Amino acid sequence: MIAASDAVEEQIDSETEFGFWLYLMSDAVLFSLIFATFAVMSTNLAGGPGGADLFDIKNLAVQTGLLLISSLTIALAHHAAVGGHVARAAVWLVVTCILGAGFLVLEVRELTEFVVKGAGPDRSGYLSAFFTLVGTHGLHVTAGLIWALTLIVQTTLTQPGPRLLSRLSRLTLFWHFLDIVWIGVFSLVYLPEFL
Amino acid sequence: MTEHVSLLLGRLGPDALPFYSWVAFSGALVTLAGGVGFLAVVTWLGQWRALWTGWLTSVDHKRIGIMYIVLALVMLVRGFVDAIMMRLQQALSYNSDGYLPPEHFEQIFSSHGTIMIFFMAMPFMTGLLNYIIPLQIGARDVAFPVLNAISFWLTAAGAGLMLISLVIGRFSTAGWTGYPPYSGVEFTPGVGVDYWIWSIMVSGVGTTMTGINFVVTILRKRAPGMLLMRMPMFTWTGLCSSILIIFAFPALTVATGMLALDRTLGMHFFTNDAGGNMMNYMNLFWIWGHPEVYILILPAFGIFSEVVATFSSKRLFGYPSLVYATAVIAILSFTVWLHHFFTMGASANVNAVFGIATMVIAVPTGVKVFDWLFTMFRGRIRFEPPMLYTIGFMCLFVIGGMSGVLLAIPPINYSTHNTTFLVAHFHNMVIPGVLFGYLAGYMYWFPKAFGFHLDPTWGARSFWFWLIGFLLAFMPLYLLGLMGMPRRMETYGNAEWQPLLIVAFIGACLILMGIVCLVIQLWVSIKYRRALRDTTGDPWDGRTLEWSMPSPPPEWNFDAVPVVTTRDAFHEAKYSGTPMKSVPQPGTLHVPRNSVVGPCMGFGGFCVGFGAVWFIWWLALAGLAVAVGALIGRAFVQNTEREVAPDLGAKTT
Amino acid sequence: MTGPIADAVDALMWQAFGLMLVIVVPVIALTLFIAWRYRASGGSGTHQPDWDHSRAVEITVWGIPVLMIAILATWVWEKTHALDPYKVLPGAKPLQIEAIALDWKWLFIYPELNIGTVNELAFPVGQPVTFRITSEVAMNSFMIPALGGQIYAMAGMETKLNLQANETGTMQGRNMQFSGDGFAGQTFEALSMSQDDFEAWVSKVQDSDTPLDHATFAEVRKPSVDAPVRYFSTVPPDFFSKRVAHFMGMEHEMMHGTKAANE
Repeated sequence: MIAASDAVEEQIDSETEFGFWLYLMSDAVLFSLIFATFAVMSTNLAGGPGGADLFDIKNLAVQTGLLLISSLTIALAHHAAVGGHVARAAVWLVVTCILGAGFLVLEVRELTEFVVKGAGPDRSGYLSAFFTLVGTHGLHVTAGLIWALTLIVQTTLTQPGPRLLSRLSRLTLFWHFLDIVWIGVFSLVYLPEFL
Repeated sequence: MTEHVSLLLGRLGPDALPFYSWVAFSGALVTLAGGVGFLAVVTWLGQWRALWTGWLTSVDHKRIGIMYIVLALVMLVRGFVDAIMMRLQQALSYNSDGYLPPEHFEQIFSSHGTIMIFFMAMPFMTGLLNYIIPLQIGARDVAFPVLNAISFWLTAAGAGLMLISLVIGRFSTAGWTGYPPYSGVEFTPGVGVDYWIWSIMVSGVGTTMTGINFVVTILRKRAPGMLLMRMPMFTWTGLCSSILIIFAFPALTVATGMLALDRTLGMHFFTNDAGGNMMNYMNLFWIWGHPEVYILILPAFGIFSEVVATFSSKRLFGYPSLVYATAVIAILSFTVWLHHFFTMGASANVNAVFGIATMVIAVPTGVKVFDWLFTMFRGRIRFEPPMLYTIGFMCLFVIGGMSGVLLAIPPINYSTHNTTFLVAHFHNMVIPGVLFGYLAGYMYWFPKAFGFHLDPTWGARSFWFWLIGFLLAFMPLYLLGLMGMPRRMETYGNAEWQPLLIVAFIGACLILMGIVCLVIQLWVSIKYRRALRDTTGDPWDGRTLEWSMPSPPPEWNFDAVPVVTTRDAFHEAKYSGTPMKSVPQPGTLHVPRNSVVGPCMGFGGFCVGFGAVWFIWWLALAGLAVAVGALIGRAFVQNTEREVAPDLGAKTT
Repeated sequence: MTGPIADAVDALMWQAFGLMLVIVVPVIALTLFIAWRYRASGGSGTHQPDWDHSRAVEITVWGIPVLMIAILATWVWEKTHALDPYKVLPGAKPLQIEAIALDWKWLFIYPELNIGTVNELAFPVGQPVTFRITSEVAMNSFMIPALGGQIYAMAGMETKLNLQANETGTMQGRNMQFSGDGFAGQTFEALSMSQDDFEAWVSKVQDSDTPLDHATFAEVRKPSVDAPVRYFSTVPPDFFSKRVAHFMGMEHEMMHGTKAANE
């Protein structure tokens, strides 16, 4: 709706970033309600297995490590893009995707194992809440991966410009957000079971 | 309870067709005939291309706003048919079965509430926000036009699911609140509750995006000089409503999402057994549900503020008070959800605290009523239909406020909860409060959108029918509630209830006349549009910026964006004789091109919902793929705008 | 037909209603009066188009609602505690009755008398009654409108309600929370009777030939619409608590659920 100029482009990007922050706030409310539900249901085992019977600390450590490192690599991607090094940014994005995919593979493997053991989400209120919390986070990571892949394609196909950079910075924000949520999952869902 | 689920059609089979009762079958036929009739008329007139490029793929906030309101009016009729069917059933069913079997009656009260809240009130509100707010703040568009179209199409997809439940399968029998464990598979197998879940979940995603869109639009796209404390009241209330949407709607998504997981994957969030906790659902639902009431009513308050000032030919009295009152209501709306279940057995301390918190909301609300009153005081009041609705609102709303305060007193609530007293109370808030507001807004801004007035005589008639019909339909319900009549009664054996229920049915008939008047009003106005034409762009002697432009406004809204120096800047400029300054204008403007992303997302969302309802998983996945694909595809579209030259109004590319 | 709770609630309602009318009636009257006086077509009021602020008016319009809500808030605090449904009513030792919501009927158990009924409730006039309430099915809400007050019945949880009748007679009690096809007919008769009549009623129930054993309960538990009154001569010990507990699978889980409901 506005005359195309750099100033206007910048304004659009800043509006989009503001809108994205609002989305993140909304999403944070969503996660906090799922966390709250998990807290409500944390003792509703219905005679089924609890976290201490199920969780594998090694798996957890690797998963957490992958996600934390991916937060660093996506920051590097963003840094490279800000400096105008589009190719380098794309490489860091690819690394981020690999780390994120690794995280997801481990998560899916863990959840499948639980289901096979008879500790699926239909076993108890506690497990329903656990699967839903971890699963919702996992779905967000999946969406982030699709987004990142789209951006990788765009860095190769289209002209690098402020629009691309704006998208990358929003993805970076999203990815850090998911990291913070995971730290919540780590410390509220997993950690108490090992203490 | 093992259902046959096929790979191709899920659990969809021939028994999904509505042959179980002649009433349901007729409903399905009417719905089908409506759909087919619409398609036939468009084809007959050869208007498919015009419809597609002019409306369906449009990302113009004004077009989208109109589509929202059309959707809302259609759903108003559908929701009202449900209402009058319930009133007829209860008028007849003393010691008898009436004409509706229990299961059908249950579907009707469930769909009535769901439609009126999610698919009548919400689209009506969103439509008005869409059309008016950019015009009021001096913006050329909303912040995210394509997102706006996506919001609309997701809402339409939800409404589509709602409508198709009448033809294929059945709707929920669990009421508009869908309380578990009743809404769980143990007590309500079948697709009904799933239709309810998915229609509100799909539209809820759209609503969340609307909230984000309007917060950014209002905070970032105002004309120069349009300070926050110079914004029109409708914009203020729209802002507060949008903020509430951002924070409240996740709770609805979580509550209904978990219910869907319980029903579809056998989880135990809200089941009776295996560690479920249904009290958690009620908390989640009302953490959304109470703010939702204010999401709906705040913009209506905004409309009343605009209307009362315009038709009293006077400045809005106590503007800062009204702004603060709106903000206070928005904040407090998150602190009172527990009053929806005082009878759950919480301690006296908890109930008393939430009771008092609830009453505190009456303070800013009372302030608003007084401020409108003092706006009229020393004014010069013109009784055009929007003003009639506003005065009617002020008189009826205080009655509803009174019954609300009574319900907020926990000991009284123990006796009146779940009775028709509660039903009367919330209808007393949402009919005079919400609906009268939106109808006032519809009649107030119609000439702006279409360049001709709505016929005032039929408008006044509709008001009187609505007013008297409302009183007859709901005052008896207050009494019945005090007599102990529960809501949602398909039949009853208490003879003393029947006369009052017959009065309530007569009230519903008068409301029907009110709706008929609205239809006639629209018809007559279109027919005599030449005589009703508004050539000035400012038919009511308006005060705010939307009246500074021709009716209907050009696609880019403002030929030149005004510089605002005061509240009611347009009105000041009009009477001081010094025209508003405006921002220097480039020769050409860029407006967004049409986009198919909206319809694609809507189609995808519908398929996801329909697939999930019937366990047709390939369809749900395909729908998801369409939606995600549309978004990814959109990211690769480079040329999203076209140029226009405002002085000529001609499209140059 | 009344009881102390219903009377107190009635009084409170009229009191609050009266207080609010003091404001609401003038507001409605003023709205209509101002609309008439300042009408454009020949109203007699003066037009002051720029009058939009008055400190005195502002203080009044905030002050009046604040004052009213302050008064109401003190009433709320006091009466919510005084009329807390969990609070045992003063007077004689309360009669214990346990109510279990079923589809679509009520099962009542008198643990001290070791008897049970379906859809009929009796208690002596003037004696407080303490109900323990739960559900076997969807959420219900237990209420005898003439006596006031209702409380949800939820599976795996126990809620409480204290009531008392001041006169003898027959009242209707029912489920207030929609729970399915038979909801409309889910009523029971609540009989308030003299002590002698009550004792005769108890013997009548004890003389019935059906005990509430496992098989009978399984049969009673089946959904039925407009179920007839039934009497059970004996009831197994702790029947109610066991029905509450079995939803949670484990004893300590039951305690958790009860606690949550009581908080």
